[in-house]
Amino acid sequence: MFVDARAELHAPKQEIALLANALNLLVPMSTDDGGFHGPSIEEFFPGALLFGGTPFEINRITLVRIVAVVALLLVFWLGTRKMRLVPGRFQSLVEMGLDLVRVNIADDLLGKKDGKRFLPILTTIFFMVLFMNLTGVIPFLNIAGTSVIGVPLVLAIVAYVAFIYAGVKKNPKNFFKNSLFPSGVPWPVYIIVTPIELISTFIIRPVTLTLRLMMNMIVGHLLLVLFFAATSFFVVQLGGWWTLLGVGSLAFGLVFTLFEILVAVLQAYVFALLTAVYIQLAVAEEH
Amino acid sequence: MLHAVLSAATEAAEENMSPVVPEPYDIIGSAICFVIILVFFWKYALPRVQKMLDERAEAIEGNIAKADEAQRKAEAALEEYTAQLADARAEAGRIRETAREDGKKIVAEAREQASGEAARITAGAQAQIEAERQSALVSLRSEVGTLAIDLASGVIGESLSDDRKAQNVVDRFLAELEASEQAAAGGKK
Repeated sequence: MFVDARAELHAPKQEIALLANALNLLVPMSTDDGGFHGPSIEEFFPGALLFGGTPFEINRITLVRIVAVVALLLVFWLGTRKMRLVPGRFQSLVEMGLDLVRVNIADDLLGKKDGKRFLPILTTIFFMVLFMNLTGVIPFLNIAGTSVIGVPLVLAIVAYVAFIYAGVKKNPKNFFKNSLFPSGVPWPVYIIVTPIELISTFIIRPVTLTLRLMMNMIVGHLLLVLFFAATSFFVVQLGGWWTLLGVGSLAFGLVFTLFEILVAVLQAYVFALLTAVYIQLAVAEEH
Repeated sequence: MLHAVLSAATEAAEENMSPVVPEPYDIIGSAICFVIILVFFWKYALPRVQKMLDERAEAIEGNIAKADEAQRKAEAALEEYTAQLADARAEAGRIRETAREDGKKIVAEAREQASGEAARITAGAQAQIEAERQSALVSLRSEVGTLAIDLASGVIGESLSDDRKAQNVVDRFLAELEASEQAAAGGKK
């Protein structure tokens, strides 16, 4: 638990540092060279396309998210429309995806009973994050729906509410007491332990869930844009022998595209897994 | 540091462009997406998957039970057939044994009957022979008597018409003959 907490404490710092480094690299390039248009943070603040200024504003990111949601609904509607006992290829694939959450996350961590209770939330989190992450590498969408804080924050709040609800439901009187005052500790230690537990359990958890996902997607997007913008710059604007460098940056772009697919799956898995872990810690008898 | 970098990067925009400050529309849009997907999974997709998984488990269990049942039936049938075969063999053996005994009995009966018949025929033949011998003897005696009387009549010239007398003569004669025969037979012995 403490190791976990420490890892959580470090994780956002690392990610923020990573982002800062990436931005440090990008900023001088975009200011030094007038001909090169590097990526900037402005990409995550696109202009409104519809209903600008209202709570239902639609911009590029929102549009990408809608596409992701429609794709998700379509895939799982087609995959579960006619369920057969002996599955076809497509049903097998859909089942494999759902089994990943059901077996490897829900049942493994929460057991059969609690796993079934929280399965809809975990499944939704996993596939919403996965589909919105994958839009980052899909041509013409090219930006992750999770790279703007809305989705990560909403899902982190869902996870937060879910694990507090699970704990309170399981142990209505003692959940907060067990969380903040772990048993088996002499009382003076509570002076140190209780603030740490309070911060790590009720503040750090949602913050890390949000930032881990969002920063990964932002940095991934900036890297891809950097490589492809550099390729375009070398080949189109400079030409000549610079084309060779363009080939190199294109290759790196392709490698990082594959890497981004891995990151997309991994972040979705991590988000769903951590949600399950938090719920499991909350419903565990001994905290 | 992050803030410095971000502000440097976004100087031109002259707005508050921090990626960690959410816009209301962003939160609302994300929440709507989440609710749509949650309801879809919760009310549509996952129940269907669960139902299918239950059905699949049931089907697999059913098939296993069915296979067990079939196996059990096949074994029972095999046992029954084996028992029936053994019964049939025993039955056949018994029938064969009975038939053999019956055959023996029939042969013995036939033999007995045949030998009885033969004995009866033999006895009948002997009786007939005896009867014929007797009748021959009787007829021979009467004929011999007549001949003897005729001969004697011829010899003595006197008709032995008196039957009583004639009969006496014949009887005497024959008695003497028999006596002489017996004497001869006894002498031979």
